[in-house]
Amino acid sequence: MSTAEIIAGRSLFHQAMRRLVRNRLAVFGMVVVVIIALAAIVGPALIFRATGYTYDYIPADSNLVKSFSPSWMHPMGTDNEGRDMLARVLLGGRISLMVGIISTIVSLVIGVAYGATAGYAGGKLDELMMRIVDILFAIPYMMVVIVLLALFGRHTALGQLFLLFIALGAVSWLTMARIVRGQVISLKNQEFILAARATGVPKWKIVLRHLVPNTLGPVIVYATLEVPAVMLLEAFLSFLGLGVQAPLASWGSLASEGIQNIAVFPWQLIFPGVTMALTLFSLNFIGDGLRDALDPQTKKS
Amino acid sequence: MSLLSVRNLRTHFDTDGGVVKAVDDVSFDLEPGKTLGIVGESGSGKSVTNLSIMRLVPSPPGRIVSGQVIFGGKDLLKLPTEEIRKVRGKRIGMIFQDPMSSLNPFMRISRQLMEVTELHMGHSSKQAREHAVNMLHLVGIPDAAARIDSYPHEFSGGMRQRVMIAMALSCRPELLIADEPTTALDVTIQAQILELIKKIKTEIQTSVILITHDLGVVAGMADAIIVMYAGRVFERASAIDLFDRPANPYTKGLLMSVPDPLRESTARGELYQIPGLPPDPANLPTGCPFAPRCDKAADICRREFPPMVQVAPSHESLCHFAKEVYGESAHLHS
Amino acid sequence: MLRFVVRRLLSTVPMVLVVVSLTWGLIRLAPGSFYTGEKALPPAIEQNLRAKYGLDKPWYVQYGKMISNTARLDFGSSLKYEGQSVNTILLRAFPVSAMVGLLAYALSLLVGITSGLFAAVRHNSKWDYSSMTLSMLGISVPTFVLGPILVLFFSLTLYWFPPARWDGFATRSAVLPVLTLSVIYMAYIARLTRSGMLEVLRSDYIRTARAKGLSETAIVLKHAFRGGIIPVVSLTGPALAGLITGTVVVERIFVLPGLGTYFINANLNRDEPLILGIVAFISITILVCNLLVDIAYAVIDPRIRY
Repeated sequence: MSTAEIIAGRSLFHQAMRRLVRNRLAVFGMVVVVIIALAAIVGPALIFRATGYTYDYIPADSNLVKSFSPSWMHPMGTDNEGRDMLARVLLGGRISLMVGIISTIVSLVIGVAYGATAGYAGGKLDELMMRIVDILFAIPYMMVVIVLLALFGRHTALGQLFLLFIALGAVSWLTMARIVRGQVISLKNQEFILAARATGVPKWKIVLRHLVPNTLGPVIVYATLEVPAVMLLEAFLSFLGLGVQAPLASWGSLASEGIQNIAVFPWQLIFPGVTMALTLFSLNFIGDGLRDALDPQTKKS
Repeated sequence: MSLLSVRNLRTHFDTDGGVVKAVDDVSFDLEPGKTLGIVGESGSGKSVTNLSIMRLVPSPPGRIVSGQVIFGGKDLLKLPTEEIRKVRGKRIGMIFQDPMSSLNPFMRISRQLMEVTELHMGHSSKQAREHAVNMLHLVGIPDAAARIDSYPHEFSGGMRQRVMIAMALSCRPELLIADEPTTALDVTIQAQILELIKKIKTEIQTSVILITHDLGVVAGMADAIIVMYAGRVFERASAIDLFDRPANPYTKGLLMSVPDPLRESTARGELYQIPGLPPDPANLPTGCPFAPRCDKAADICRREFPPMVQVAPSHESLCHFAKEVYGESAHLHS
Repeated sequence: MLRFVVRRLLSTVPMVLVVVSLTWGLIRLAPGSFYTGEKALPPAIEQNLRAKYGLDKPWYVQYGKMISNTARLDFGSSLKYEGQSVNTILLRAFPVSAMVGLLAYALSLLVGITSGLFAAVRHNSKWDYSSMTLSMLGISVPTFVLGPILVLFFSLTLYWFPPARWDGFATRSAVLPVLTLSVIYMAYIARLTRSGMLEVLRSDYIRTARAKGLSETAIVLKHAFRGGIIPVVSLTGPALAGLITGTVVVERIFVLPGLGTYFINANLNRDEPLILGIVAFISITILVCNLLVDIAYAVIDPRIRY
């Protein structure tokens, strides 16, 4: 990168932001996600203030085994135990989003550190590190995760949650490491890095201050698309009964409860399902928009 | 009667940064049997001009805004798509700059050659194959019959360009457009390819348009030359006249940039370079586009767009001072 | 090429053993045992059980035995399903899962590639935007939401298909599971085909093909397709992993007697031989499929030679 390009680097970022904002679908996605996230964060508290319902509140007259369909009191209906679905869906949102974001952050940290080190070090170390990645890639991850979750941690809901974070984070760091390594390798030999080395900047600083910021583009895109992917994985696991445990809820576990009564009380599945689909939909649009904004070569129009 | 007549061609590109007038009012003629050289720096519009002739300009973001391209009596720009496809490959052949990326890496050479004659000349596959082998012989590929089923990556750069030439000339087109055919090749191979084009031109009796940024390439090949800058024709002359007596400061600058051991300044160790950079095609200055870099530029150059001045029969120059520059260059070699 | 294939097949063995060892390690590390129930067993019975299953030997002996058994593909008998050997269960359950997965992927290739092709050729048209938005939906709606909705609609309202039954592959009961599983891949494949084709259609050799006067159809199908389809081939590797999870979910929704169902149950029952058997089996399948994908690359792209 010449000096001119580094100076223009600021405006490249701004150009990308401008392109992103012009992408109406991505903006729509961002709005929806913000709304849902806000609802998940403050919603339960508000609902509690307004109606006294929480996600696990079972009303006193619980000889009413029937589940209520959507009404003013319960905009999303209730589940088989009489718990308010809206509160449960919002809590589910909290948990699902949290799992998605935290797991992605975990995989990001591990992946970036691993990939940047391998890429910058080069030579034998790089080869070794990538061999390990190749071997790990061949492992049927989900199977091991299923075994892990089934055998450990089903004793407490929080313990299971913690395990989920680790397991899901461990699934996606491999691809992240590969991406970062590829970027670092292509950047490594560019002139501004040679200049930094020539002026005696220590290696770790080069990695941290020069290489990492420049790999941000693909990393951000990948991370944004990884969040919905991880959320989907968590939902699958919870759906199978291995993920989030009662009394906590995630959209996946709500779906697995809801599917049992699909014929009679369809809202038990539809509300969490649609909310989840909407969130994933929006996150995918944001990821797509980011990708188009940061790399206009591959833009669609 | 000219074989090809380009009149007031304008091709614009719609980009994020504004409308780029890649080709802005370009006109030229090509006589049958002659070679026309189009010379210019990158961004001068020379490639886009030639893509426009066959309507190969990528269509968003490019569009041919106006003009005429008269070939064999018909305006190619107005033909329906079916008709222009019959011209492409059959009456006009085109070869491109980078033979590695211009050949389909997933397809055998034989197939890529055969489909042209199967399409345009109704060959059966047997006929097409024979014809293809003959074409490969013609362009100097040794052992053609054996190698014809290879893939492009199994050939060297020079061979690939020969294959491209064979492909373009399969149907004996009346016109061959060669867009920087040697730029991506080694210098020794360059000479071979140019020789090949010359030889084939006489054998098949094709007219040639040769596009390049390299004056050396054009010198041995072209009968007539046009010099392009910022999407316009800046000078138009026969090759001999252009090299002998350029009438445009830009052309002079280009000629000076070629190191000449006989020139005093070169002997002193100085190399000439036209100062400045080519203009941003989305933001052309008013007046003459070359004015910012021209050592003869005067106020009028910055205010008014220069006229096309005829300084001699078949020799025109786009400059306010064309006649002066023409006059001066009579002493160029002293 | 042959050497490459042989080398890969040989390397499958240590890979599978690694995975199986890892799983075995997890199972043994987990607290409790397969025979642990609600009540604690009297020590004498526990002693006997441990002796019967060889659990009283040191761990490395047990590990060695397990490895040598695995290498001979002998996984013993299931602990839960009395008397049934793991291999029997595998042979019975695998075809179900495999067929659902294969049919689903085949369907998604068919629909996905076609719609991706159309979208690329009619770039920026209404068709393009609508199919891309639809495919976005396909990616975003989770399988366990789509499945029940399809059931609600087609089974419980229209009575076209049974809601949760398995009669065999060529019957109506296969339609909904296959369809449910295929939607997400249809979507991915449509998008990848579209972007792959768009990329190729911009390349120089397509410009050459146009300059030769070929029709758009010939260009798209004969010249662009091979290069444009490469991203879809690349997808197959990771898609496989997703197909496996997806099949597990679909089996749960439609109550299919496939490997996924057995796997989940085996885990919940701590049925070690069955767990290990399934893990080994699936690992082998994945590695073989990855090998097939790499071979496919070589077939499509003549520049790749192993």
